[in-house]
Amino acid sequence: MTGDVTDTITGSRPGTRGDVRGGVGESARRPDGTLKVKGEFAYSSDLWMDGMLWGATLRSPHAHARITYLEIAKALALPGVFAVLTHEDVPGLNAFGLERQDQPVLAVDRVRYQGEPVALVAADHPETARRALDLVEVGYDLLPPVTDSRAAVFGVTEALHPGGNVVRHVRVRHGDQDVVADVVVSGDYEVGMQDQAFLGPESGLAVPAPDGGVDLYVATQWLHVDRAQIAAALGIEPELVRITLAGVGGAFGAREDLSMQVHASMLALRTGRPLKMVYSREESFFGHVHRHPARMHYEHGATRDGRLVYVKAQIILDGGAYASSSPAVAANAATLGAGPYKVPTVAIDCYAAYTNNPPCGAMRGFGAVQAAFGYESQMDRLAEAVGLDPAEIRIRNGLVEGDQVATGQVLDSAAPVAELVRRVRDMPLPDGVLADLRELPGGVANTTHGEGVVRGIGYGVGIKNICFSEGFDDYSTARVVLEVVGGEPAVVVHTAAVEVGQGVVTLQSQIACTELGVEMVSVKTADTQVGSAGSTSASRQSYVTGGAVQAACREVAGQVRALAAARSGHEASELELVAGAVVTRDGVEVVGIAELLGEESIERTVEWRHRPTTGLDPDTGQGTAHVQFAFAAHRAVVDVDVELGLVKVVALDCAQDVGFAMNPDAVLGQIHGGSAQGLGLAVMEEIQVRDGLVRNPSFTDYLVPTLLDMPPMRVDVLELADPHAPYGLRGVGEPPTISSTPAIVAAIRQATGRALSRVPVRPEHLLALP
Amino acid sequence: MRVNLTVNGEQRIADDVWPGESLLYVLRERLGLPGAKNACEQGECGSCTVYLDGLTVCACLVAAGQAEGRAVVTVEGVAQGDSLHSVQEAFVAAGAVQCGFCTPGLVVAAHDLLSRDPDPSDADIREALAGNLCRCTGYQKIIEAVHLAARGVQT
Repeated sequence: MTGDVTDTITGSRPGTRGDVRGGVGESARRPDGTLKVKGEFAYSSDLWMDGMLWGATLRSPHAHARITYLEIAKALALPGVFAVLTHEDVPGLNAFGLERQDQPVLAVDRVRYQGEPVALVAADHPETARRALDLVEVGYDLLPPVTDSRAAVFGVTEALHPGGNVVRHVRVRHGDQDVVADVVVSGDYEVGMQDQAFLGPESGLAVPAPDGGVDLYVATQWLHVDRAQIAAALGIEPELVRITLAGVGGAFGAREDLSMQVHASMLALRTGRPLKMVYSREESFFGHVHRHPARMHYEHGATRDGRLVYVKAQIILDGGAYASSSPAVAANAATLGAGPYKVPTVAIDCYAAYTNNPPCGAMRGFGAVQAAFGYESQMDRLAEAVGLDPAEIRIRNGLVEGDQVATGQVLDSAAPVAELVRRVRDMPLPDGVLADLRELPGGVANTTHGEGVVRGIGYGVGIKNICFSEGFDDYSTARVVLEVVGGEPAVVVHTAAVEVGQGVVTLQSQIACTELGVEMVSVKTADTQVGSAGSTSASRQSYVTGGAVQAACREVAGQVRALAAARSGHEASELELVAGAVVTRDGVEVVGIAELLGEESIERTVEWRHRPTTGLDPDTGQGTAHVQFAFAAHRAVVDVDVELGLVKVVALDCAQDVGFAMNPDAVLGQIHGGSAQGLGLAVMEEIQVRDGLVRNPSFTDYLVPTLLDMPPMRVDVLELADPHAPYGLRGVGEPPTISSTPAIVAAIRQATGRALSRVPVRPEHLLALP
Repeated sequence: MRVNLTVNGEQRIADDVWPGESLLYVLRERLGLPGAKNACEQGECGSCTVYLDGLTVCACLVAAGQAEGRAVVTVEGVAQGDSLHSVQEAFVAAGAVQCGFCTPGLVVAAHDLLSRDPDPSDADIREALAGNLCRCTGYQKIIEAVHLAARGVQT
C-alpha cells in the first residue's frame, strides 16, 4: 500500500497567511484540473477551425547528404493539395536557433541529420498530405556522416559548420593545479541519448490574419523567443506574429526549440487558410532535440580519510547537427561537474560537438544530469578505495553554505548536502518480505520466484543551477489588475509564463491571493499581448514569474493602501490587505476593497529581474555565473535477477531542499516525476543511433517507465529559505532528475558487483554479454 | 464511407470517412470529441483509451469501420451531467494531473478497473494501468487517486 509511505515537509513556512484560502504554501488545486479529467482541456493537437488545412513535413532520410535536386510538381498536382513549399519559399531568414541561428527552416543544398525538414505540404486531409510527401522528388548525394563526438572535437573530420565542429569548449580551473593526492580513482563513463518523450506531440494551428500577420496557437516553452524566430523567418515584424499558448502535453525541454511553428505559419500565409499541423509519435522523435549523449573521463584525488583534494574531468557532449542549447549545456556540465562537493582543486574541460547525429539540446537538468552520472560513480569508487560507506563519503565532502563551488562562486544560501544524504540514509528500508510475485524483476512476466535475485542499495546527490546563468538578462513580466466583480474584489493576472503541467498558473493565482488578500483570482491564458516571461525551463518560472507577479501585486497593494490612507487618515504603511478588506495592523477593518474601488480598477505591469550574474572567465571558468543552486539526494533499492539481467527498482526515496514549498502537492509531483525520468535514464531510456540513423523512434522501441517500473517513493522536503528569492523558494523541477539515475546505478553495482560505466544499464551489461 | 455508431449514448454518423482512418481520428476530428488523446497512435501509451461495447480499447488501433454499429464511451461520457465521476474527482483531489495528456486514458482505465475490482491493491493497480504512460507524475499520485476513488465508490 502507498499508505505506509509518508511524505514530510518541514520548514518555517514563510509567507503563509491563514486569512484567505488558496494562498502560497497551500496545496491549492489546479484550475485546469476539472477540464483535464473531463477531456475538455484544449491541447495544441485538439484545435479545429472551419476550412482548415493539414500540414505535413518531408524530412531527410539520410544523416548527411547533398541535395542535388528537388521537384514538387507531382506533389502539387495531387487533388486536395493546396501548397508545396521548399527553402525557396521561406520569406525571410532561412535560419533559426536558440543561441545561434545555424539551423535552416528548410534545407537548401545539404542535410545534416536524419529528419531534417526539406519540404512542406498543405492538403485537405492528413492522408492526402502524407501521400503528397511521397510525390516530392528529392535527389541526395550521400556524404559520410560525422558520428563520433570525440573525433569531431579532437580528430580530423569534415567541418559541418563554419568555425569547425566544436560548438563550445568550457574550461574550469580552480585552486592549485599542481596538487597531488594520496588516493586517486579514475574512470570513463557514458550517458546515452535520452528523449523527453512528452505525450502531447508537436502541434498547433496557424491562422492567417488580414494584416499580413499570423495568429498562432501552439504548445511551446517560451512564447517571445518563438515569436522573434518566427517573425525573422517570415520576414515580418514581430508584432504581426501573435502567439497564444495552446494546451501543452508536457515539455521537459523539448519545446524550447522551434518545431512546426514557422512551417505552419508559412503554409497558412501561402494558402490563406487556417492550417493545423500535428506530428505523429515517430515524427516527434525527429521533430525535437534530445538529451546530449556524454563521454566522460573523471579523476578524483582524495586524502586517506576520504576528503576530496582535486577533481579533473573531460566531458564530451554530442550536440548533433545544430547548436540548439549546446553552449549552455556545456557550461552547466563544466561548472557543475565537480558535483555538490567541496573540492579545493578543479580542472574540467567540457566540449560540445557538432556531428551528424540527431540535434541535442534542452532536457530537464541539462548538463548536470550527464556530469552527475560521472562524479557520483566516482564517489562510490572513492568510498570503496578509502573504505568508507557511500553515504558517509558524501556527508564528509558535501557543500555547505559559505563554501565556494568550482567557479569560485560562494554559496550564499542553504546548501544542506550532508543533511539531505543523512535524511535519505535514515529512512526506513523496504522489508525483504515479498508480498506479491509481480514486484520481482520481470514482474508480470513471471520470470522468477526469487531465485537468482539479489538486492542492492545506492546513493546519489546532485547540484543544479536555477534560472538562466552567465549574465543573461533573465526577466519576467506580470500585469495585475484589481477590480470589483459582482460586488467582490477580483484579481486578473496576465503573464506569458508557459504552463506545461508543472502548475505555474496555480502558483500565480496563489501569489495574487496572498499578496492582495483576495480569493477571486483568474489567470489569463499566456500570450504575446503581455511582455516576455522568459522560458519555462531551468526550474525558473516559480522564481522569476513568481517574483514578477509578487512585485506587480505589491505595487497594486501599495496603491490600494494609499487610497485607503487618503480616505481614512491612517498611515498607508500601517495598513494591510486581508480577506478582501484594508485593515490596520491590529486587524481592524478600515474599508472593504470593493467599497474603496467602486467602479475603478488598479492595473500595474512590472518587469522583474533576479539579481544579476556574470559571465565565465574564458580561461578559468571563474565567475558568479549562477543565480541559485539546488540540491537533491536519492537512495535507491533494487532487486536484480542476475540470471536474466532484469532490474526492479524497489524503492527510490528522495530528500530535497525547496526553500519554501509554494504548493506542496505540486512540489511532490515534480519530485516524483523528475525521479521517474531519472529512473528511465538509469535502466531503459535511450534513442539508439547507428551511423547517424535513429533505430527506435516509437514507444514500442523507446521504453518509458510505466507504473510497473516505478516504485513507491518516500519524499522528505526541506524548506530552508533562500533570502534572495521570492518567498525563499528554490527551483524544484530539475534536481530530482539528476540524482535518481546515479543512485539506481549505484544500487545495481552493489547488488551485482559489476562496474557499470554506462547508462542506461541494459540486461547484457549485467550478464557480461557482448 | 459512412460510419454509424453510438457515442456516449447518442447515435452518431460520420460521413466521408477514409477507410484508413482510426476510430480515434473519427472521434477527434469528425465528431468533435478530442478527449481521447493522440500521444502515440500505435497502441503503446493508452492515452486514447475508450470503451468499445463495454471493453476498453486503444481507439487508435480500431479502424473506423470496425466501430460500425457499436457503442463507444469516451472520457467525455464518464461524468454524470455537470458533476464529476468519483474517479475524475479523485484525480483532481489527489494531484494526479499535471500536463494531463495521459489523464483521459487513465480516467477511463481506472474507471474500468474499479468497475471490476472495487478495492484494488497497489500491485493490482500497477498491473491494470501499466498500459497507460504518464511522463509527468511518476505515477505515485495516480495510485493515490485510484485508492481515493475506490474509497469514494465504496462509501
